[in-house]
Parts: sequence; C-alpha cells; structure tokens
Amino acid sequence: MTTPTPPTQLRESATFDRGVIAEIQRAAETGIYDIRGWGAKRALPHFDDLLFLGASVSRYPLEGYREKCDTDVVLGDTHAKFPLHLDIPITIAGMSFGALSGQAKEALGRGASEVGTSTTTGDGGMTPEERGQSKNLVYQYLPSRYGMNPVDLRKADAIEIVLGQGAKPGGGGMLLGQKITDRVAGMRTLPMGVDQRSACRHPDWTGPDDLAIKILELREITNWEKPIYVKVGATRTYYDVKLAVKAGADVVVVDGMQGGTAATQEVFIEHVGIPTLAAIPQAVQALQEMGVHRSVQLIVSGGIRSGADVAKAMALGADAVAIGTAALIALGDNSPRFAEQYGELGSAAGFYDDFQAGRDPAGITTQDPELAKNLDPVQGGRRLANYLRVLTMEAQTLARACGKSHLRNLEPEDLVALTVEASAMARVPLAGTNWIPGRY
Amino acid sequence: MAPTVSTATPTANGVIDLRTSSTREVNELLSSPGAPTRLTITHPEGAHALACGLDADLDVTVDGHVGYYCAGMNQKATVTVTGNAGVGVAENMMSGRVHVKGDASQSAGATAHGGLLVVDGNAAARCGISMKGVDVVVGGNVGHMSAFMGQAGRLVVCGDAGEALGDSIYEARLYVRGTVASLGADCVEKEMRDEHLAELAQLLDAAGMRYQPDEFTRYGSARQLYNFHVDNASAY
Amino acid sequence: MCGIVGVHLRDATLHPQLGTLLSGMLDAMCDRGPDSAGMAVYGDPTWSPEGESTVSLLDSPLPASELAQQLGVALSAPVTGHDLDPTIVVHAPVSTDALTAAVRSAVPTARIIGFGDHLTVLKGMGNPTDLANRFGLRSASGWQGVAHTRMATESAVTAGGSHPFAVGPDQCLVHNGSFSNHMSIKHELERAGVTFDSENDTEVGARYVAKQLAEGVDLEKSLLMLNETFDGFYTLLVSTSDSFAVVRDAIACKPAIVAETDRWVAMASEYRALAQLPGVDAARIFEPEPEEVYVWHRQ
Repeated sequence: MTTPTPPTQLRESATFDRGVIAEIQRAAETGIYDIRGWGAKRALPHFDDLLFLGASVSRYPLEGYREKCDTDVVLGDTHAKFPLHLDIPITIAGMSFGALSGQAKEALGRGASEVGTSTTTGDGGMTPEERGQSKNLVYQYLPSRYGMNPVDLRKADAIEIVLGQGAKPGGGGMLLGQKITDRVAGMRTLPMGVDQRSACRHPDWTGPDDLAIKILELREITNWEKPIYVKVGATRTYYDVKLAVKAGADVVVVDGMQGGTAATQEVFIEHVGIPTLAAIPQAVQALQEMGVHRSVQLIVSGGIRSGADVAKAMALGADAVAIGTAALIALGDNSPRFAEQYGELGSAAGFYDDFQAGRDPAGITTQDPELAKNLDPVQGGRRLANYLRVLTMEAQTLARACGKSHLRNLEPEDLVALTVEASAMARVPLAGTNWIPGRY
Repeated sequence: MAPTVSTATPTANGVIDLRTSSTREVNELLSSPGAPTRLTITHPEGAHALACGLDADLDVTVDGHVGYYCAGMNQKATVTVTGNAGVGVAENMMSGRVHVKGDASQSAGATAHGGLLVVDGNAAARCGISMKGVDVVVGGNVGHMSAFMGQAGRLVVCGDAGEALGDSIYEARLYVRGTVASLGADCVEKEMRDEHLAELAQLLDAAGMRYQPDEFTRYGSARQLYNFHVDNASAY
Repeated sequence: MCGIVGVHLRDATLHPQLGTLLSGMLDAMCDRGPDSAGMAVYGDPTWSPEGESTVSLLDSPLPASELAQQLGVALSAPVTGHDLDPTIVVHAPVSTDALTAAVRSAVPTARIIGFGDHLTVLKGMGNPTDLANRFGLRSASGWQGVAHTRMATESAVTAGGSHPFAVGPDQCLVHNGSFSNHMSIKHELERAGVTFDSENDTEVGARYVAKQLAEGVDLEKSLLMLNETFDGFYTLLVSTSDSFAVVRDAIACKPAIVAETDRWVAMASEYRALAQLPGVDAARIFEPEPEEVYVWHRQ
C-alpha cells in the first residue's frame, strides 16, 4: 500500500497577497482606480509606540478629582478680536455635509457643544443644522469654494483655509454621484447625480506669498474678528508650518496620513503623506524657531483615538487635537448593530470603509433619507459628548500621573519610545536609553 | 493685531485719498451703518482687498489701478475701477455689479455666485474659474483656463479666448466672439438657439458692449465626464 | 516665497535714477518677503565702473579695505573695495576671470554672489527697505536692475539664500514659485562638473541657464529649453549685460506684470511695485503668456 502524498501547504505571497490580487482583478474588471473612505489602514509608527514616564521618586502625581488638571485652550489670540475659548483641547475636524448626512452634522454639533468644543464645516458649506447646534463653528475655506458666501463667513467663529488633508495632500474633494442629492447639489451649485470633480488648488491664489494677501482679504471681509486657521496634510511639515505662520495664520492645523476622508483613491490614502507622529515634532520645531509656539496654536489630527493619543500629541507640543474618524465611530459608524446590513454590502462591522457609496447603514456617510433615519441626532450627540468626556478624562489621568495640573504642561520629556522608528519620528528616546536616532 | 482704525471721513464731494487713509479705514467705513452711498477712492496704487465684503446698495469708484481681490465677496454694491484690477477681482461676488475699465488680472470673478462683472479690456488666465452663477462680460480677450470647472453662470468674451477654455466645465454657458485657442476637456461648441441669442443680447446690453449676438459662438459642457466611464480615461 | 522686481531703462537720461526707481519697487514688495533681500545693478559707476570688472561677495573673513589691498598685490592692479555689510564689492581694471580667481584664492571660504564687467549684487538679511537704505541703493545709477524680497523658511535666515542667483558673468536670475524636479536636474549638472552653493531650487535654474549661455546658446533659446526641462511653477526674471527677460511656466499661477514705455520696461510680482514709475499711467501693461519668452535687448 502506498502512503498518500501529503497535500502541499497553501503559501501566500507577502508581495502579492490576497488583498493585492483582488485589487488587481478589480482594476482589470472595471478600468477605474479603487475609491474608498477612511484613512490609511496599514500599520504605521503611531502614538501606541510611545509611553509616558509616570510618577516616580523624583516626580509626584496629582490626586484625581480634588487636584485639578485643567483642560481649556484658547485658539487664535494673535490677530482676531474674538479668539475661540474651548473647554477641552479636542475639536471635531472638518467633514462635509454631503459626505455626511444632515443628521450626522447635527449630532456632531450637539455633542461638541455639550462639552464646550468646536466643530468644523467641510467641502459643502455651512448647514443651518450645524450652525444651529454648534456653539463654536469653524468654517472651512477650500479650493472648491462650494457654498462659500460672506453671510456664512460672518456667522462663523473661525475660518480654516484648507490647503490639504492628511488622507490626500494634493488632492481635492470628491463626492460621487450617488451622494449628490437635491439638497447637496443645491448647496454646491452642481447638477444632481454628477461625480463631483474637485479642484486641488485654490482658484485665486497659489503659494504662501499670495496666501498672505488672501488672509488679508478674509480679515477685511470679517472685520478682523475671527481667527484664521491654515490646514495642511502632513508632507513637508517643517516648511509648511513656517510658511503658514509667515502668511499670517493664527492657528496651524496639521493632519497626518492616518487622517480620514469620505472618498478618494486608495493609492492616495496609503502612499502620500507622512505619519502624524513624524509631523508633530516638525511642526513644533518650526513654531519654536519662529518664536511663536503657543502664540500661534497647533492643532494635530490623524488617528487620534483615545485620551492617551490626546495626551501624547499635547506632550509633543500640540495645543489641541482634532478627531474625525473617531467621532464618526462614536456616533455609531461600524457598529455591530448593523452587522447584517454590512454583510449585505459585502463588508462587516469594523471593516466598512465604503463611505463614497452612500449606503451607510449607520446613517452617517449617506444622503439616503431612509438610511439617515438610523442616526438619531440627539442620541448621536449624547454618544459623542460621552466619548469626548472619556478622551478628556483619560488624558487628565495620564497628565496627573505625570504631575501636571494642566494638559498643556505635558512635554516631550514625559515620553519614551518603544521602537527605533517611533523614537526617530517623535524625537523622544528609546525606552531605557538616551538614544534618539538621527537627533539633530 | 488688527490695524488701529480712525474713522476715515470723505471730503465734501465724497472722495477719500488712499495716500492718507488706510485700506482698513476705508473698508470699515464702507461696512458701517453710516456708510456713504457714493464714494470715490483715489490713489489706490495697487492696494489689495479694497471695497471687499460690501453688503449694501453703495456706489464706489476706485480711481486708478487696484491690487488683488477688489470687491471680493461683493453683495449689492456697484464698484467701478477706472484702471486695471489685480488677481481675483469680484471673487465670490454674490450680487451687485463690478466694472473694470482697464484690464483684469488672473481669476477675475473666481467662484462668484451672482451679480455682473464687466471688464472693458482684457482679462487674464482663469477668468470665471469655478464660476457658480455670476455673469462675466469681457470686452477684450481672456487667458488660458478660463471658465475652468465653470458650474453655472455666463461668460461672454468679445475678443479671443486662450488655451483650454471651459476645461471640466459643468453648466456654465460661454459665448466667444473671436477665436478660441483650444477647448478644454468636455467643452464643446454648441448650437445657438433663440433663447441663447436673447440671453446674450441682454448680457451685452447690460455690459454696454456694442456687438451683435449672432457674431458669437456658444460653448458648453458635453456632459461626458459627469460620471466616470473607462472609455473616457484618456481625458483625465 | 517672494516678490520680484526689475527695471530696464531704455532712456539714458533715466540712468541716474535707477537706484531710486528700483528702491521704490523693492519697497512695495516688502510684504511678500520681509526676511531678506537681494538687489543687482548694472553699470553703477561707483560699484562697477566702466573698464573694470566687479565681484560681489558674502562671508568674507577680511574687511573690504584689507581684501582690496591683498587683491591689489596679487593682481598688480589697483583694486577698490566697498563695505556694504554684509556684502563686499571689489572692482579692478582686470578681466572678470582674473578678479574672480584672485578673490577665490584670497578668501576661499567667502561666497561669491555676483561677478562681471557691469554687475553689482548686494544681499542681506532683514527688512528689504532698511537694507536698501544701508546699501545706498537710492543713489545707484545704471541701465538695469533687479531685486528680490524673500520669505525665508530656513531657521537661519541667510543672506545667501536671496535672489538673484548670479552664477554666470553679468547674469542674474530671480524666481517666484517652486520647481518640482530640480533635484534630478541638479544631479545631472553636478555630474557635468557644475558646483552648487546652496540647497535652493532657484540656484538650479540659474546654473542651468548659465551653462547654456556659456555653451553659446542665446538667452531666449536657453529659457525655452528651461521651459522644457524644468517642471513646477515659476515666474522667472533673467538678465544679462545686454538683455532683460521674463518667462512663466505653462500653468502660470505665480503672478507677473510687465509694464512697458518708450523709456523703460519693468516687471514685478504685483502692480503696486510699478505704480510709482514715471509715466506708468500711459504704459502698456500686460501679463506674460505662459511659456512665452519675452526679451528686451539693450540698444
């Protein structure tokens, strides 16, 4: 009797893994690049690779509750008559009505206002829902200028000039036809159902020298009342931050490659931009060299998930952070409640990133009125407020353990790194050593 | 810090000299409840952001050449520039009328939603870029990439148009009397029907241009790029 | 980023006013670049007298008078030195090559920022208007001048980072914008033996043009070749002892205005800089078309 040959073991290629093979097959089938939402999904050096040095014999902690660890922040107090005073240093990043449902924008406004922070409009303009609910509303000024008008500009509490975002530095907005409903089309002055092609550069200025003149114009139109933010996706962050300051920015917003989007090409998300961790020290160095750290504030976004991330970003020198993806998850995005619906869409709870399709069962990244009913704005607002409170309390816990009575007193020296990459990017020493690779 | 402001006062015949008053003072005056309904600003000498953000039925004349963003985000007002205008004149205008008697630099009328922009001379590149409902009438030529991503509104060019006219155009309507160096992606020549001749006649009249509508050719979107088709890939 | 200005005087009766006109233009562009500035003048009798060649330099370890003395000995010719802190200008009745070689030999660590039969280049840090006053630009005369106000990004604001980059005899190149493929072109030029003084993208443009001119290609053709070779966004003002040229990239986002009269031609990033020129009200004012080379030659 012959011994049967054992079957050959299936061996996956690391270069051409299942995901890559499926993508090549999809490309061959359709002739168009893959478009999706969310941010970079691959593993990157991030805040998890940093740890806090808590209390020790030489450093003493603060008691919880009784011994205060304050969390307030003032944004934009250099030129503006009315800077923003926020109770917590966690803001809601720009996300458009169009990318998100009206209910979602309302929920974000409710949640943010409940805890005393700000929300930001997006590529579709300002909705009454958001202005009505959000106590501090930052109005984005983008290359597309969809819906831009002086009435809304004057209703805003701050203006954010967007050069780019972390998911696609150098790319413009994208909204596919299935999400260009009547209302969205009206706000953006587009025909219903078109695939919105967006400009990637501003139409009437290019470069920091002309940006300075544009900032002047916006200040003139709004009577020098409002802080002007400049937002960039993280690429040549050191130079970008310096140029933003020279152009006249009151606040600089830096969005790392983990930052999300509602829709763009997958290759853009995964292969352009640098990790948030690598961007923050560049931004802080730029501000310090110009002598404006803390007077021109830095807001950092791109993969902020927990109070630990908030505290680490601030320890590295940020004045505040912004959350986008995390805020949507708090509202109910990718919730297991919709497991069956995600299944029907060929996805699963925890994996769903097809925001561009507008079929979101959670009612968040959709324009379909039936689906949008799945998000109750009041409940959503409460969930966001809960999450923001948890982020704040977590950050305070870590800060108190480091002996800080204010979150802004966290500093890079409170941190160590677990990996060589994180150490080099964040410019903090490898744990247990004095070594920072490439320290200059 | 915001520049310190002292209230600028026009002379008895409604003139302010920009050599002695600042742009901030003039803009503040024009946005105040007591704004003069007629004002002439002299010696602008290329100043930026003059008469921007107006929001009332005012009549402002700027006597000379202006810099960037003159009459930016204009609402309701009439602004006349006797000389040339820099980048972005009447950008994002919502309503009202802006008249440049000389030439206009790049991005004239950029992203504007309404109102009428008239340029007697030439406009440069990107005239009417991303227009969202404004009417722009140019007595001379326009430069390359004019009406790029034009979403709505009408651009009338009495002279010639540069390269890539109407690239990626949506629903804006373009009328050109002279030659077009080249058409942009998805922009094609279109049939002139009675309603177009009528609308063009109205625009020419409103702008004070003495040409006949039948001297013009209409251009607009072929609407082939509204939704992605793999066969159009080369257009991207 | 920056502000560019330049003026080419056709009418010789205006030559004594070159410095005043150029200063006024530079002044108007301070907002665009408050950190440092460079200015270049063709034919000033004090800095670049007729019959002598001139070298402008930064970072000289020797003061002007001492340097001039040393060079005088080395060249066996009378050398005059001007101290225009931080720039030093030396001139002598010898060839440009001889003077440049002598300077390199005497102060090898100094950085030569301009050289030629007619050209003086002055650079410095700080507010452009203050610099121009310190240099005494207002009293300069000559037939042509260019200047540049810089918005610096480097931590150490350096005088040497200002434009114009004057890397060929009597040549200046000023740039507003940002090239996107200059590193590859730089390495190619390095392989061909060209050495660079800075990390600046503009220097690559200047060295490229200088190389073409040295090989006998005329200015217009050199700039057309630059259009084909360099990618990115740029408005360039390029001058030689007998030419004044302007060119923009195909997309032409960075500003450029040209004003022309019988008496002068001027170019600037914004109209504000041209507003005070004599007779500007009657000037032909236009914006250069993309990729077209506009050249005016000295009559």
